[in-house]
Amino acid sequence: MSRLSIVTRNRAQTTVEELYKGLERRIIASPPGLCPVDMALSFLKVCHAQTCGKCVPCRIGLGQLQNLLEKVLDGTAEMETIDLIEQTAQDIYYSADCAIGYEAAEMVLRGVRGFREDFVEHITKGRCTCELNQPVPCVALCPAGVDIPGYIALVGEGRYADAVALIRKDNPMPSVCGLICEHPCEARCRRNMLDDAVNIRGLKRYAVEHAGEVPVPKNAPPTGKRVAVVGGGPGGLSAAYYLALMGHDVTIYERRDHLGGMLRYGIPEYRLPKETLDKEINSLLATGIHVKTGVSVGKELTVEALRKEYDAVYIAIGAHTDKKIGIEGEEAEGVISAVEMLRASGEGSPMDFTGQRVIVVGGGNVAMDVARSAVRLGAEKVQIVYRRRQEDMTALQEEVHGAVAEGCEILELMAPLCIRCNEQGRADGLWVKPQLIGQVRGGRPAPGASSQEEIALPCDKIIVAIGQGIETQPFEESGIPVKRGVIEALNWSGIQDIPGVFAGGDCVTGPATVIRAIAAGKVAAANIDEYLGYHHEITADIEIPKIRLHDRKPCGRVTMKERDAGERIKDFELIECGMTDEEAAQEASRCMRCDHFGFGSFKGGRKDRW
Amino acid sequence: MVTITIDKKTIQVPKGTTILEAAKQNGIPIPTLCYLKDINEIGACRVCLVELEGKDRLITACNNVVEEGMVIYTNSPKVRQARITNVRLILSQHDCNCPTCVRSGNCSLQKLANALGIIRVPYEKQLFHSRWTKNFPLLRNYEKCIKCMRCIQICDKVQNMHVWDLANTGSRTTVDVTGNRILEESDCALCGQCITHCPVGALRERDDTPKVFRALADPDKITVVQIAPSVRAAWGEPFGLEREFATVKRLVAAMRRMGFDYIFDTNFTADLTIMEEGSEFLEKLKNKENEKFPLFTSCCPGWVRFMKSQYPDMTDQLSTAKSPQQMFGAVAKSYYAELLGVDPEKIFCVSVMPCLAKKHECALPNMNDAGAGQDVDVVLTTREVDRMIRAEHIIPQELEEEEFDTPLGVGTGAAVIFGATGGVMEAALRSAYYLVTGENPQPDAFREVRGMDGWKEASFDLAGTELKVAVASGLGNTRKLMEALRKGEVSYHFVEIMACPGGCVGGGGQPVRDGEELAEIRSDVLYGLDAANELRFSHENPSVLKCYEDYFEKPLSHRAHQLLHTDHHAWKMPGEK
Repeated sequence: MSRLSIVTRNRAQTTVEELYKGLERRIIASPPGLCPVDMALSFLKVCHAQTCGKCVPCRIGLGQLQNLLEKVLDGTAEMETIDLIEQTAQDIYYSADCAIGYEAAEMVLRGVRGFREDFVEHITKGRCTCELNQPVPCVALCPAGVDIPGYIALVGEGRYADAVALIRKDNPMPSVCGLICEHPCEARCRRNMLDDAVNIRGLKRYAVEHAGEVPVPKNAPPTGKRVAVVGGGPGGLSAAYYLALMGHDVTIYERRDHLGGMLRYGIPEYRLPKETLDKEINSLLATGIHVKTGVSVGKELTVEALRKEYDAVYIAIGAHTDKKIGIEGEEAEGVISAVEMLRASGEGSPMDFTGQRVIVVGGGNVAMDVARSAVRLGAEKVQIVYRRRQEDMTALQEEVHGAVAEGCEILELMAPLCIRCNEQGRADGLWVKPQLIGQVRGGRPAPGASSQEEIALPCDKIIVAIGQGIETQPFEESGIPVKRGVIEALNWSGIQDIPGVFAGGDCVTGPATVIRAIAAGKVAAANIDEYLGYHHEITADIEIPKIRLHDRKPCGRVTMKERDAGERIKDFELIECGMTDEEAAQEASRCMRCDHFGFGSFKGGRKDRW
Repeated sequence: MVTITIDKKTIQVPKGTTILEAAKQNGIPIPTLCYLKDINEIGACRVCLVELEGKDRLITACNNVVEEGMVIYTNSPKVRQARITNVRLILSQHDCNCPTCVRSGNCSLQKLANALGIIRVPYEKQLFHSRWTKNFPLLRNYEKCIKCMRCIQICDKVQNMHVWDLANTGSRTTVDVTGNRILEESDCALCGQCITHCPVGALRERDDTPKVFRALADPDKITVVQIAPSVRAAWGEPFGLEREFATVKRLVAAMRRMGFDYIFDTNFTADLTIMEEGSEFLEKLKNKENEKFPLFTSCCPGWVRFMKSQYPDMTDQLSTAKSPQQMFGAVAKSYYAELLGVDPEKIFCVSVMPCLAKKHECALPNMNDAGAGQDVDVVLTTREVDRMIRAEHIIPQELEEEEFDTPLGVGTGAAVIFGATGGVMEAALRSAYYLVTGENPQPDAFREVRGMDGWKEASFDLAGTELKVAVASGLGNTRKLMEALRKGEVSYHFVEIMACPGGCVGGGGQPVRDGEELAEIRSDVLYGLDAANELRFSHENPSVLKCYEDYFEKPLSHRAHQLLHTDHHAWKMPGEK
């Protein structure tokens, strides 16, 4: 007998490992709207299967919790059962020996406290409060509800112009979104159950780039109603576009010289070329939207004045002010805000960092945009200083990796302390305090000061990219309600007690994504139309290709290639390359057509009008 | 055209045809269960599976269309086994207590399991338990529901009432009332279309036959029964009787065999309805300026429920005339009790109806105008009467024709067409014409309002006045009509609505034949009876005339108002203010 042996995995273990992988993917593909009690019970079963069997609370307790949850789901429980579940889970949490037990119990506790009303509904009515409203996961998760299976099928058939027209029914900015959408649609793609999500954004870009000119639909007959849209960003443009299609007379008021909002003044050229943006905006303006640029509503022109002149007003001013770190020396020369820097680029007069050492403070997408722009603007060295760890950054990981590939250094776990200035009063260094990653709070590990010494980071410029705020003050003065720094609007974009005034997008939600702004614009357009006494319907009238019956075998996801880092830092040209024809064809065929298979064929995965 | 091969047979079918239809048209039946043509093509039961050459996984025939060159096998070993497994799985969650099921012998699941030769289910029984009250006219049995979704689809797509939907998710998914409501507190019109489209016994009417058997056995009760027009067109179906054979006279014979004391015809009060409703309409026409049009018929209680829940502000435009069933009950316990010289309390009034909503209607708190309890004591659906015939061991094939009793057994051709969409309108127009001009029109002069279209319009010249009328059947069509009225897109003087598609012939209480819509064939029977009747006009019904002469004096008289009209505001729909 040997004293030691090499551990090898047997076939069963290897298979189980594969099943774990499959389960992980499957959980990713969980559609919204499932019964939380049922899901909690299912998770609990997995937890219970993990128990080693040594300790009472875990071995027996998790099983009894399952029985109790089953009773709730079967409608045979009493109200007291909820208390028993809570008590039992609490005691397992307190008494289990290892995490297998106490973390499982903690999960149940979180459920019983987090969706107690659903427990009650099951017990009193034998029913769940949840409903699978939108059966197609990607459509359900797209804030604008774009008919994704529809346009992917159209791409698959080579009907690119139809694909664009179909997208525009719900999202008038397919070119922009094809390049920079954060694609929440892909998060729970059912394709995850096989291999990986369909590259939806890539297919959208492919459709747009192969569609040629796609004319906008004809406007409905003029209604004679006039609507003012304050802010020419994606939200304001979307609202204006749909309102124009509905036959209303729309005027956009934009304080800057050009339309586009953050798309122009916040997103670097290498992600969204101005030419693409201009083309998209022009296509929307073809509906006959009037534009007044260089007018700042709130200052020169009040909301009251707009209300008098127009039948309805949509406020979509976005989030364009910068947030301060609040440290000593922040006012010094050489300290710039991200908004300022990106705006300069958007205005066509980019800052020059030739030969300079630049420090970027922040870990979001804007921080990456700033850092990568600085590289292109000649910086000799770019360092990104972040309080937490790299994996905690809110920026998309591909943005972070892109920045690193372009030579940016990431200094994680460094909290800015103060800004050092030279004799001329110019910033020449950032003092930072090394951090220790600590306990998880609100789902994220929070950093705390470590015992390491402070460090001085010498530099020529400091760019602060820690978030944006909303310039609410002039609106507040006009009586628009403001709460916690954002305009307070209802979920249908209306404003309490101020009929005819609507608001949406970043100025209501705080800085978010382009697709959420577009969705808010769509919601506002629909409700403004109703407010004006109409019920215009937006449709596309495009026949969606029949499903293909081929077996869907696991197949890798086509990812977007990027230009070489060494090459791309020399210019502001688009980084990302589009799909090739064969890539697009293969990717389109990966779509599972959830609009037809599964719940889609029953409840109709398609909303052909709104 | 597309060329495909099914079970080694090469066929050509039009583009866009489903595999199921293509096979059917070429004599190859593919078994189905959840499928309901045009209504429910969702591939939920996975019974219509077929094998497509070149594809590993099986596909459903009901919702996939043919493609050029497809090679399909409808019963390959893979298909056969998968289909059997799916049916066994369905059976494992179905209460298979067939002997006590109303649909035994007429159940699509039973037939399918038999056809597939399934004599064993290797899975543990798992029944879905949930609570359901027992006293509402429409009953649901969760343990029998196979989640085919047909009820949801009928209610959504045809009736546009959205009463049913999925409840819960995952393994506990079932069908229940939308919005976590209970049916009694919902706006369900009680049309019963979900029942007639259920493939199994998950949905049924409340069984009121025990009450009737008890009354028949009670020597102190005088049992009086009325038979609705449309019942005669359908009652013989479950017995496999030819329509020519299954006449109302044989049904009368069966009822007499059961022991009913007096067997009458709802046609009598249908004629009475025309007299009252027609007169009400003509009064309204005379006072055009101050009246709101259209006047809506009120014979269909499903429609009345719909009106009161969906368009409560228009309730006043319903005719105040009671439905023929309720007129009959009121007449039976007043005029007829007097004729018999008996205490009306002794009369037990039963009606045989194609309808569930009638069960609700007869129990309304104000339907007791004759002062002897509810005017109609019990409503039986056609299906329940058929069950009674079986329970009484009556062999329908051997029945001889027998006559209705008099005088409430006399009805005209105008009355018998009440059972089909447009019939009430046509009957009313025939008499209105007479009442205005003093002469009878051609009996078929108003035939334009016949037929299965869901929303029909016509205009007629009534002694120089243009009369615009509309007829709708099915609540989806009705909603369209109502919305158009509200928007001012259409305007009418008189509108007939029936909640069930095709009218009472397609009623929710009629015999079920899965996958077949029989309203049209049944309505042909009624129009045939109308044409064959010597009396084609309600105002010529001699019993009706006598009844006015002896009792009501004239239409809209004080007594008529008391007994033959109703206040639609005297009761509330759930949520109605």
